[in-house]
Amino acid sequence: MTVPLETSVSESKATASRGGVFDVQKVRADFPILGREVNGRPLVYLDNAATAQKPAAVIDAIDSYYQTYNANIHRGVHRLSQLGTQAYEEARGKIQRYINASSTREVIFVRGTTEGINLVAGSWGRENLRAGDEVLVTHMEHHSNIVPWQMLCQQTGAVLKVVPIDDRGRLDLDQYEKLLSDRTRLVSVVHVSNVLGTINPVRRIIDSAHQVGAKVLVDGAQAVPHFSVDVQALGCDFYVFSGHKLFGPTGIGVLYGQEAILEAMPPYQGGGDMIKSVSFDKTLYNDLPYKFEAGTPHIVGTIGLGVAVDYLGALDAVAVARHEEDLLRYGTELLESIEGVRLIGTADEKASILNFVIEGVHAHDVGTILDHGGVAVRTGHHCCQPVMDRYDVPATARASLAFYNTRGELDVLAGAVREAIGVFRS
Amino acid sequence: MTDLRELYQQVILDHTKKPRNFHEMANATHHAEGYNPLCGDRVTVYLLVDGDTITDVSFTGSGCAICTSSASLMTQSLVSKKIDEATQLFGTFRDLVMGNVEADQTIDELDRLAVFTGVREFPMRVKCATLPWHTMKEALTGGAATISTE
Repeated sequence: MTVPLETSVSESKATASRGGVFDVQKVRADFPILGREVNGRPLVYLDNAATAQKPAAVIDAIDSYYQTYNANIHRGVHRLSQLGTQAYEEARGKIQRYINASSTREVIFVRGTTEGINLVAGSWGRENLRAGDEVLVTHMEHHSNIVPWQMLCQQTGAVLKVVPIDDRGRLDLDQYEKLLSDRTRLVSVVHVSNVLGTINPVRRIIDSAHQVGAKVLVDGAQAVPHFSVDVQALGCDFYVFSGHKLFGPTGIGVLYGQEAILEAMPPYQGGGDMIKSVSFDKTLYNDLPYKFEAGTPHIVGTIGLGVAVDYLGALDAVAVARHEEDLLRYGTELLESIEGVRLIGTADEKASILNFVIEGVHAHDVGTILDHGGVAVRTGHHCCQPVMDRYDVPATARASLAFYNTRGELDVLAGAVREAIGVFRS
Repeated sequence: MTDLRELYQQVILDHTKKPRNFHEMANATHHAEGYNPLCGDRVTVYLLVDGDTITDVSFTGSGCAICTSSASLMTQSLVSKKIDEATQLFGTFRDLVMGNVEADQTIDELDRLAVFTGVREFPMRVKCATLPWHTMKEALTGGAATISTE
């Protein structure tokens, strides 16, 4: 992975433990599942962009919550409720520091990236979009960063515009600048593409959007697992990501929003916890961040995510980045050396995602044959049908790497790919 | 790797590379479309029915080896079948790939379709093998909806 300029601010974190040797075996020992076998072979888990594995610390934190202090939070004066509330709010503080938000009021817990985007569309979007306004997305967005805006456009009469991408999977920034106008109200862009691996120059995208008065939402689901992000340095208005791709539990995610913007937004869902007082005449909404957290939240998920962030923060960020960069380079060379394999997504600025097709072998057959060898990859359209259409393929196979993967595992992948080709050439 | 070879048998690979009856049918009396959006398998099945007898079958589409070869072998096995025989064959085929019956109990009825026995070891691929059959049934019952097995 190449760390782009705009994330270099995060190196303040990285410089805390400066680029030593990365002991991948030591790190692997922190992830119990990596020791298991699949189909009689050691598991080679290369589906990290779908969901990442969890370190024992996260699993233990979940266990500990249910074993020792399970209770509802923000109510109840009893001891367990206090402990739960404290752990929940401490997790918010950890996330705030991890992404360098200026306040915990800017950290809203949601179910995941998808809900975060829907919250912004449903609240900010409905309040601020009018007929004729424009929302700008890119051709490499996940369905979750397309469909909520289509729904919003249908409701408001706003128009969805799409920034094109080139053959290597890079955004056409000239076209982007041309598409921006005083009608543009929002730009919603993926930080790292889940299919192509492209790291988009979001800082520049944000600056340009702000010049025409548009707000910017960054979908960081695939970015935060690969490098730390500083939302203030980026200057984004909203940043969303999922906990389960960040080595935390499923069902928990984060919406970061600038406080003044969140303050002006109407609630997304009504219910308990998001109110100060309720009567049939008038209800007073709660302050940030609780205004957007109706109902009992995913308490243990939040606590688990906080522990995941602790775990990541303790790693040597420079060494991790160097390791992932090495894996990406090694894996790219390996796959490109196999006749009949074509990589889709070859931008210079790329996270460790290897997305490929094999001539004459459908992606699902590739997936089955790889699984037989213990190799877990994702096959299909990856919730990015417009990307599949752009490269004229029905489906691809995607090996997405994490810092706990090894060169040896990429050798196993390459061997399994050769075997798939062998089956269909026989 | 023996069970992998059981899934990808030579007959299946052959029908994947050279699908039979792979064309549209202008004079079809029945047709329907099957589509599994998650995996991208897409198949259109055409039937020519005379009275209650299927006299011709063809298909178009694109998909994985299991789906394509299943469609190809299905078209061959349905010609000259009565409609109720085709429906019954579908039931037996589905039981075979889902592992609901012992394979040797179906061998007489299924004949060459028995090459799909290996699918039962790969539950995620059952939907690939059955998509053409569900689509065929939809065509015969006159439904207009696109069929999915996901």
